[in-house]
Amino acid sequence: MSWLLLILIVAAVVWGISAYNGLIQLKGDTLNAWKQIDVQLKRRHDLIPNLVNAVRGAMDFERETLEAVIQARNQAVKIQAEALPTGGVKKLAAAEAQLGAALSRLNVVVERYPQLKATGNIGQLQEELTSTENRVAFARQLYNDTATSYNVRQQQFPWTLIAGVARAEMVELWEITDEQERAVPAVDLSSKPKA
Amino acid sequence: MSDANLFQQQRLNRRRSAVLVTIFLLFFAWIGFGGDYILYLSTMPASTPAASRGARSTYHHTFPWCGIGATLLGIGMAWYGWRNGPKQVLWATGAWELVQPAKPEEQQLVNVVEEMAIASGLPKPSVWMVPDKDPNAFATGTDERHAHIAVTEGLLTTLTRDELQAVVAHELAHVKNYDVKLMTLLAALVGVLALISDGTRRFLGRGGARVAGRRSGGGGRKGGVGLLAILLVLWLVSVLLAPLVSRLLALAVSRKREFLADASSAQFTRNPAALASALRKIEDAAAPTTTIHRGTAHLCIADPLGRRASFKEGFLADVFGTHPPMAVRIARLKAMAYQYQKTGVIPEAV
Repeated sequence: MSWLLLILIVAAVVWGISAYNGLIQLKGDTLNAWKQIDVQLKRRHDLIPNLVNAVRGAMDFERETLEAVIQARNQAVKIQAEALPTGGVKKLAAAEAQLGAALSRLNVVVERYPQLKATGNIGQLQEELTSTENRVAFARQLYNDTATSYNVRQQQFPWTLIAGVARAEMVELWEITDEQERAVPAVDLSSKPKA
Repeated sequence: MSDANLFQQQRLNRRRSAVLVTIFLLFFAWIGFGGDYILYLSTMPASTPAASRGARSTYHHTFPWCGIGATLLGIGMAWYGWRNGPKQVLWATGAWELVQPAKPEEQQLVNVVEEMAIASGLPKPSVWMVPDKDPNAFATGTDERHAHIAVTEGLLTTLTRDELQAVVAHELAHVKNYDVKLMTLLAALVGVLALISDGTRRFLGRGGARVAGRRSGGGGRKGGVGLLAILLVLWLVSVLLAPLVSRLLALAVSRKREFLADASSAQFTRNPAALASALRKIEDAAAPTTTIHRGTAHLCIADPLGRRASFKEGFLADVFGTHPPMAVRIARLKAMAYQYQKTGVIPEAV
């Protein structure tokens, strides 16, 4: 009888260790995906001053649009500094959505100046911007997928017993709330040289 | 592709790699030990004193030198193929590594690869350009950290950014599934087998007949000769058929994985329609990709040899195409695009 008990205890301990490790792994994956977003957002924020400088001279009278972009960027930088998966994701998502909307307005304006696009530099910057926007989107996609499996796992029955020990916390998803952000793909940013 | 699906595919590929290497080694052992057995029979000391007067009876082949040698050779080749497979494949296509993008298209390619590396959660692979006007792409490498993606120059000029992204995502899906590992190994091993078979054929054409003639002329072993002949024929047939078998093996494993990679590409980009239109353009360009040869054909996104088998459906296409018919792939992607538009979720498989 006591042997049976011993076997049960050992089995429970083995399961507990593997469940603990599984949760820690998911937590690591989630943090890693978050870091990826962080890197890409930084790239986005660093690119904007270059873009603004490149177009500033040619579009002096579109100052408002440029100001909106710069302001949204500075706001996003501030919020990014203190955002973590366990808190502040929603705020950051909102700030970035605003920046995205401002950028797409700027792009609409740039499209109106063919001579501006013809100066080479802008085309290059637009490719960089397209790529950066894609990177942010894909990093977000990866983060949301990873974070969802982390959240689901720590709530499911046997794992939820271990969740406290593994210091698992629910993380926030990066949800798109702004309708404008959803509608961004309507603007074609591609600077693909046509064959 | 969900995690469970992905792990299953990875496990399957690991197992297939092991099976492939095993078959390869068994094949070498069979050739080697088969040769030993034939030598053993043909040098057996005759039981009658009359036959033992022959000069050949002074040597009796008892230790399987050939078998051990061939097996060691096989192990060496498999190891070499494993280590240098990716390099060989890239070298064979004349690809050059894109380190410092100079042209806007090249910059775009590098950007797209980095984007898809993020989407798939893989480390960034190295990017290679194949100097060829025909649009095509392939991936090679031993594992996720040592992966290479190669595209032809024609691909960059033919596709839009979104389409290029879809193709790169398809190739990265092969990396993530561990397809590249298996397929590169296959390319390396198929190459070795083809070489051996060609050598044997040449040998048979010239000296083979003479050797066989002399052997059947001596000795008084009636039963032994019959068995010997059968073994010899079996052995030679397997040497000659080896490339065909390995070819069929390559085909059998490569077609289903194209569908899987298409599905994963849609998962990464959330844009199945882009891959569909990319495949359409690649197919329309139908000119064969001249820099990509037979041994590496199964690595590419579309059959580079322009064999019509890959474009049609039916039994012949099922047996001989390295890739599933384009029309079927495109139809599946369009179904995915439709479902995505309706439900907002990329279906797992179609």
